Amino acid sequence: MITAEQKPLQEIIQYIAPYDKILLVGCNECVTVCAAGGRKEVGLLASALHLNSLKQGKTIEIKELTLERQCDPEYVEELAAYIGDVDAVVSMACGCGVQTVAARFKTPVFPAVNTKFMGASLSQGVWAERCQGCGDCMLGITGGICPVARCSKSLLNGPCGGTSNGQCEISQDVDCAWRLIWERLVDLGIQDRYEELNAAKDWRPAGGGGPRKIIREDLV
Amino acid sequence: MKTESRLEKVLAAGHIAVTSEVGPPRGCNVEIVKEKADMIKDYVDGINITDNQTAMVRMSSIAGGVIVKQMGYDPIIQMVSRDRNRLAMQADIIGAYSLGINTMLCLSGDHPKFGDHPDAKSVYDVDSVNMIRMVKDMRDEGKFMGGADIKNPPKMFIGAAANPFADPFELRVARLAKKVAAGVDFIQTQCIFNMDKFEKWMEGVCDRGLDKKVYILAGITPMKSVGMARYMKNKVPGMDVPDEVIKRLEGVSKEQQPEEGIKMAIEQIQRLKECKGVAGFHIMAIEWEQRVHEIVKGAGLYPRPEV
Repeated sequence: MITAEQKPLQEIIQYIAPYDKILLVGCNECVTVCAAGGRKEVGLLASALHLNSLKQGKTIEIKELTLERQCDPEYVEELAAYIGDVDAVVSMACGCGVQTVAARFKTPVFPAVNTKFMGASLSQGVWAERCQGCGDCMLGITGGICPVARCSKSLLNGPCGGTSNGQCEISQDVDCAWRLIWERLVDLGIQDRYEELNAAKDWRPAGGGGPRKIIREDLV
Repeated sequence: MKTESRLEKVLAAGHIAVTSEVGPPRGCNVEIVKEKADMIKDYVDGINITDNQTAMVRMSSIAGGVIVKQMGYDPIIQMVSRDRNRLAMQADIIGAYSLGINTMLCLSGDHPKFGDHPDAKSVYDVDSVNMIRMVKDMRDEGKFMGGADIKNPPKMFIGAAANPFADPFELRVARLAKKVAAGVDFIQTQCIFNMDKFEKWMEGVCDRGLDKKVYILAGITPMKSVGMARYMKNKVPGMDVPDEVIKRLEGVSKEQQPEEGIKMAIEQIQRLKECKGVAGFHIMAIEWEQRVHEIVKGAGLYPRPEV
């Protein structure tokens, strides 16, 4: 899923300082799962913003709303009923949601979260990057461990010389992806495959070819 | 002979090769490069010029290499994939060769985290294995990576690094094999302090016949002090400094430690001269270029051969 973290409160306060009527919009998908921008976080942020405005001797109106999926125009359309009554929208969705809202309405839209990465949950409250969306998945030849996302240098042909204690040179808290790949290949009894050369990556599907788009003719 | 490289000629003639390195300055003082190169020139077959080592900005390796070349010596430029994409690399390789440089080292490079621009976006478009293949295809096929023909292609003698001490050890021979398959001509290893482990790695290299396909120069770094030894053990990624190295330096007075460090480096070379598959030595005397001649002489590697 897409992970996110709430922005510092002061940054959000600065965005909305000129406005009195705010539509605060959460999203029921990824940001709900990673506890950054779901219904609960919408409520908490609204309280914090109210509290701040009281301290400033100001009153603001905040309409709270959480959409099923903010990156989908069909659900964003639900905001049309409220948009005329507000000066600004604060979105707690990922960058995809913020942009979908901004594309639909002329009202200013501000992000309340920083979108982080595509990750998986390791344990309660912990998420780690697992995919960079390179558009040409090589997990089939790397034992199910991605060197593009998980090697700090995205090396395609093995570990650099910086691995120590099985960890990445950048931090003992980061696993060396190629150590993991190697161990996995050994476990599977296919370590000979390590020596097959992986050619330099074509980065076009990864975004090097410009903004990416999928068009499914069968669904259009 | 694949190239005009002096290092290639020395190695092909069966001599034990010696290379050393110059870290270029963090500024524009050409004299620093010249002084350092002058200190080692008579004792080596090639002078590496490092490329933004430890991710700190310095005079470029190619510029340093050109200065060394103009002095009449033999530069080995280094190129890290951290700082350049495939367009910039190929352009710089053509440029370097056009300015008289014929030997280079292909590296991935330390992560920007270690340097003075940790906020930089690292490139890593092409890894070191694919960089080797790219330089080889430029030389042997006359082709750019994108497939087009090169008019007057650069003919580089191609080097790379190997670290027998980084984890996982069992993979390190296979990692070298990949670089060999990609077309590397010579290897300069990481600084060797754990001799037993290095010899074990070389055994694996020779068992697979890789020593017949690539020249391996063993990396030697003299310790200036016990403090340096401790620092390298604890702070430098991928470095294996056994306790006996530290103990030996601790066993002599502070004033004697540099001498002991030089002596240890010489002893290492003497021992590794007997190690099957070792074709030469790469002496990395970090900010200590003035002592390289003692090591080379002490190890019986002087004078350098005429080729």
